[in-house]
Amino acid sequence: MNNMEKEQKVHKKLTIKQIINENYKTKTFFFNEKIDIKPGQFIMLWLPAIDEKPFTLSYKKPAAVTVELKGNFTKELFKLKKGDNLFYRGPFGDGFTASAKKAVVVAGGMGLAGVSLLIENLKKSKVIFGAKQKRDLFFKNRFDMDICTDDGSIGYKGFATDKLRKLLKEEKYDIIYTCGPEIMMKKVFDIAEKYKIKCEASLERFMRCGIGICGSCACGDKLVCKDGPVFNSDNLRKMNDFGRYTRLKNGRKASLQEYHKGRS
Amino acid sequence: MIDLSTSIAGVKLKNPTILSSGILGTSPELIKRAFENNAGAATIKSIGPKLRDGNNNPSVINFGHGLLNAVGLPGPGYKNMDVEFNELSKIKDPVIWSIYGSKIEDFVNITKYIIKYKPKIIELNISCPNKENGMLFSQDKKSAANVTRSVKEVAEKTIIIPKLSPNVANISEIAYACEKAGADAINAINTVQGMVINIDAKKPVLYYKKGGMSGPAIRPIAVRCVYDIYENVKIPIIGTGGITNGRDAIEMIQAGASAVGIGSAVYYHGINVFGNIVNEIKEWMQENSYNSIKEIIGIAHE
Repeated sequence: MNNMEKEQKVHKKLTIKQIINENYKTKTFFFNEKIDIKPGQFIMLWLPAIDEKPFTLSYKKPAAVTVELKGNFTKELFKLKKGDNLFYRGPFGDGFTASAKKAVVVAGGMGLAGVSLLIENLKKSKVIFGAKQKRDLFFKNRFDMDICTDDGSIGYKGFATDKLRKLLKEEKYDIIYTCGPEIMMKKVFDIAEKYKIKCEASLERFMRCGIGICGSCACGDKLVCKDGPVFNSDNLRKMNDFGRYTRLKNGRKASLQEYHKGRS
Repeated sequence: MIDLSTSIAGVKLKNPTILSSGILGTSPELIKRAFENNAGAATIKSIGPKLRDGNNNPSVINFGHGLLNAVGLPGPGYKNMDVEFNELSKIKDPVIWSIYGSKIEDFVNITKYIIKYKPKIIELNISCPNKENGMLFSQDKKSAANVTRSVKEVAEKTIIIPKLSPNVANISEIAYACEKAGADAINAINTVQGMVINIDAKKPVLYYKKGGMSGPAIRPIAVRCVYDIYENVKIPIIGTGGITNGRDAIEMIQAGASAVGIGSAVYYHGINVFGNIVNEIKEWMQENSYNSIKEIIGIAHE
């Protein structure tokens, strides 16, 4: 392929190889193509004439995304069948530093898809997975995890952060990785600070460009798409919006509570 | 001693680089970050009359020779931004407040509202190609002049700078009309209309289908526009379009710009780009024995 052809391909084509139902609202879409990506980085998935949204890969070979049915984009994505095409650009952003010796991974809900490649890359790790209830679980045969549910319908009854506190009282860890609802990640970070353990959190904001210029995903003076999406303790400490405020599609700053209310 | 400072209608800039509107300027913290990274001035994301979601994605793409965008002016609307305005008003460096509207009344109302925050400079975004009727005001000299005059009447001491569109037959005529209507400076250019189609998807890439081109591909268009405007007006010009390094900036200054807008270059070189450009300008001035930016403005016309 010469340079001109390469340049014209803003988005590359993906073909769906297989679709797996993970639970009542979650599917994994496997693609024929390979995507070279580091854990924590993301791609922008494009459904022509519909929308384009950021996703992390949940599998690398073959590439896959694990998606929860949420809004218009995912509704359209869920209509696709094996053999159908969609498009992506990327990968973008900075990922996790997956070099730690002894790590805890705290995933909440769909956040587990965001740390799946990380867990596979870590030699030794403890995974805590928190979900609302049993029916929200996925990947339970894929990873060895301490499962927590809010209602106790499976595993430990309580929050993933409660489980994390217990774990840290018993054992020493070098780093805590976290991905999930930001209110949970903020609690995880506060616990990490208390126990003086390094932390890396994968943040989510409404994204447009994905390449660090439009400012839609601003979190304080940081751009989630370019400076993140994974931020370490040094950054998280300075990010006043972290765990408190997000930005809506129209750019208005809103509390995380308001944001989640609008989405569910 | 090389003097890199410049001025726009009496407002002093420590160097001629200006963060352009629509790039990073969504939060006061990002504006501060631009100044920490050596920007001479920084423009906020255009403030509009009401809450607006903007377009679906893709809304910004790199097409290989520049960027194409149709973000669609998302924003909370001026009445929902007091917290941000308050923060912006505390910044000592020159912040440029960009505003847009679909009626002259919108521009006037927004100006009246923000004037209490004492903005040094207001930029009139009358040239966004990504909104129904968004370009209306920069399409002909009469409407460009009308907006400028109406805003000037309520702007008190604030500097007013209309930002013009290159998607017209004669940009210098429009700049001249703005000058006569009281504009304190001109910013040229906004993005150039364009479209990219993905031939495998058989669809335009941008959700909005059409968009505005920026980046290296449009630099000669911008230089030509600034050159033409310089011949027709006496007020200072901010030259914007495709500048990614010091040599590009000097080219624009030689065409007649007193300062230069930096937008897509933030994508190509990161937020450090302001410092890099300033250093490259300084090196060039040293090599060519210039002591002040003012000595270079418009010299390509001599």
